[in-house]
Amino acid sequence: MDIRPYGDTRDDGIVQLSFTLPLVYSVKAPDVGKQYVEKLGFHDVGVAECKAIDPGFTFFVAYGRTDTGIDPDQVKGDYLEVEEMDYYAINSLIKDKLGRKLTVVGAAIESDAHTVGIDAIMNMKGFAGNYGLERYAEMNALNMGSQIPCEQLLKTALERSADAILVSQIVTQKNIHVQHLTKLIELLEAEGVRERFVLVVGGPRINNAFAKELGYDAGFGPRTTPLEVASFLAHEVVRRAAQR
Amino acid sequence: MEQALKLDQALVARARAAAETIADDIQKHIDAHTTDSTERASLRLLGVTGVNEIDVPLVNVAVEHARELLSGGIMRPFVDLMMRTDKSSQEVAEGIAAGALEVADVAAERRAAVEKRATELAQQAVAHIDDVRRRRNQLVAEVGEPDKPYIYVIVATGNIHEDVVQAQAAARAGADVVAVIRTTAQSLLDYVPYGLTTEGFGGTYATQENFRLMRAGLDEVGAELGRYVRLCNYASGLCMPEIATMGALERLDMMLNDSMYGIIFRNINMQRTFVDQYLSRLINARAGIIINTGEDNYLTTADAFEKGYTVVSSDFINEAFALRADLEPWQIGLGHAFEIDPARPDQVVYQIADAQLVRQLFPEYPLKYMPPTKYMPGDIFQGHVIDAMFNFTGIFTGQEIMLLGMLTEALHTPLLQDRYLSIRNAKYVFESCRHLRDEVRFAEGGIIERRAHDVLHKATEQLEEVKQIGLFAALERGMFADVQRDPHGGRGFEGVFAVGDDYFNPLFSELRNGRLSGAPVGPRPGKKAAATGGGH
Repeated sequence: MDIRPYGDTRDDGIVQLSFTLPLVYSVKAPDVGKQYVEKLGFHDVGVAECKAIDPGFTFFVAYGRTDTGIDPDQVKGDYLEVEEMDYYAINSLIKDKLGRKLTVVGAAIESDAHTVGIDAIMNMKGFAGNYGLERYAEMNALNMGSQIPCEQLLKTALERSADAILVSQIVTQKNIHVQHLTKLIELLEAEGVRERFVLVVGGPRINNAFAKELGYDAGFGPRTTPLEVASFLAHEVVRRAAQR
Repeated sequence: MEQALKLDQALVARARAAAETIADDIQKHIDAHTTDSTERASLRLLGVTGVNEIDVPLVNVAVEHARELLSGGIMRPFVDLMMRTDKSSQEVAEGIAAGALEVADVAAERRAAVEKRATELAQQAVAHIDDVRRRRNQLVAEVGEPDKPYIYVIVATGNIHEDVVQAQAAARAGADVVAVIRTTAQSLLDYVPYGLTTEGFGGTYATQENFRLMRAGLDEVGAELGRYVRLCNYASGLCMPEIATMGALERLDMMLNDSMYGIIFRNINMQRTFVDQYLSRLINARAGIIINTGEDNYLTTADAFEKGYTVVSSDFINEAFALRADLEPWQIGLGHAFEIDPARPDQVVYQIADAQLVRQLFPEYPLKYMPPTKYMPGDIFQGHVIDAMFNFTGIFTGQEIMLLGMLTEALHTPLLQDRYLSIRNAKYVFESCRHLRDEVRFAEGGIIERRAHDVLHKATEQLEEVKQIGLFAALERGMFADVQRDPHGGRGFEGVFAVGDDYFNPLFSELRNGRLSGAPVGPRPGKKAAATGGGH
């Protein structure tokens, strides 16, 4: 069944928009903005704000109604459904089913100088109220930090006989992150060690389907917590160990 | 300081004394070493520019050719070549790059004459920096000086031409300082790219030509607005003193220029960074550039509530290094940040405590206050509210350089409208709360006073521990930002050279000699500053 945006009444279809047009402000500017929003397919358009924010640019806040709906049941995709456990359950799963510590190596690779993502997931302190992977008694977690060449990451993963590699890519422009992520996959394949690792990527531009397309086992987007990553790793490494 | 917190002045004195000892200790290392980037910056100051056929800067080529001679410095052999060939510095560098000229040790009988000539060239270079500084003073006097706090925003499109459009729009909306974020990883390049650039990753290359274009764009909009608009970039990374040189020549007004940031956050070798920061700061001091230090970054890796004291102790260390490089108080923009988790009860109360503490510890400095980044949500509406509390804390505690937060901080480099909304937020809060700090007092023994005391106490203890073990060992143990670094590891260590007894570089003394002093002064901003066109 279709659903529509909810303003204050079911199916009213109210959407809030803000945008800037490269338009010199004049008395006609509000109408330019209104008709633009109508061209997007909205009706009952109201321009709440129309302001010159520079001589050549006009900023708009507008509301409009849409008749377009969407049926959530028709939305299909490759979603990562992790059975989330708590900190203790994850540790005992590893201890009981794997019988040794789970080793994970993580880094922000190549030119990416931003550790915020990998730190949030791996550092002892963690993020959003849950501990990072370093805190897990049953994990050997190494956060290598930022700007780590793919070669160095792989070398470390091999030296430590890692079960999993975590890669973070935060900053991107002109899709540089895709080149970096592809480079790592190609390197693993060239060395013939791709299958040794559970390979996970995270970052603001990452989702699971995209990660899989690139050849990763899983992708985590924004708002991911350490618990989700830890749950996935524990399940996946245990599952693979059972298959061997 | 009507609302001053009661601080234990004995602790303040202990902290400052420890930082002095720490810096003196490192200064001995600095004085005993040079780096390839220090030598390259020296050639830039002599006027060498440009690149060879494979885009390697000529200063890199020349210093690389002189590698065996660097314990004596590049100046003597280079100036000797200029004298022997009767060529300009640029022609000599081109000759070296073409393989037509060879850098060689200077014969003993020529040394006195070469050193005399090199000293004259250093004096000319410094005179040029002074001219640029006088030009800034003149422009500020003519155009107008904005009220404090300065409103500081970033542009980061990757394309210098788009950057200029965005910077001018930001200035018209009320920005007093525009920083052009560098392309990601430029700090790790061991050379400075050349010429104007239209592509970058997460920012725009810092090149001398890009500096010049942005300077011209800001001068143009400053004249239009009746308010001098300041330009900021990053004298950091492997080319710290070279970027400082370019900034001095192209009239940048501010530079990120931290004594330890590169070590901790870019894994640049610590011996290299300490040597590099010294010349870069001497240049910034001479050029009348305000430096910004990067303590805010500590709180993106370590927790702001638990490790807030590391910011304070690092501020003391940065202060000590800045004073050793002749920076005047008005040039020392020590950094701190609003990074405590908003979910913590009384978050803003603690932020006020930390910000007020730093304000009182460094009363003469234009502190640089950094906005929330770590906990900024994808919910931009909530993010805008958190930024408003940052703005409130800044105006309430008398910060002077406010790097504005963006509601889209967690999402992307700022859109034109994000910057506008952010400036609007700040102007509303600043104007509506401008005199609040004169009207209220901190409760004696209250949360704020106790927190400030606790942070100061821990910072003092940390500084005294660092004093005992030395700063190299402290960095090795990860005492700042929870990041550990090896004194012999990291990038750029191969570019550190012990100087010999015959090391010669007259720039170090000339940069200190007879310098101008004082901040630029000008009339309050013109009326045009408020006008941004029509609209309701």
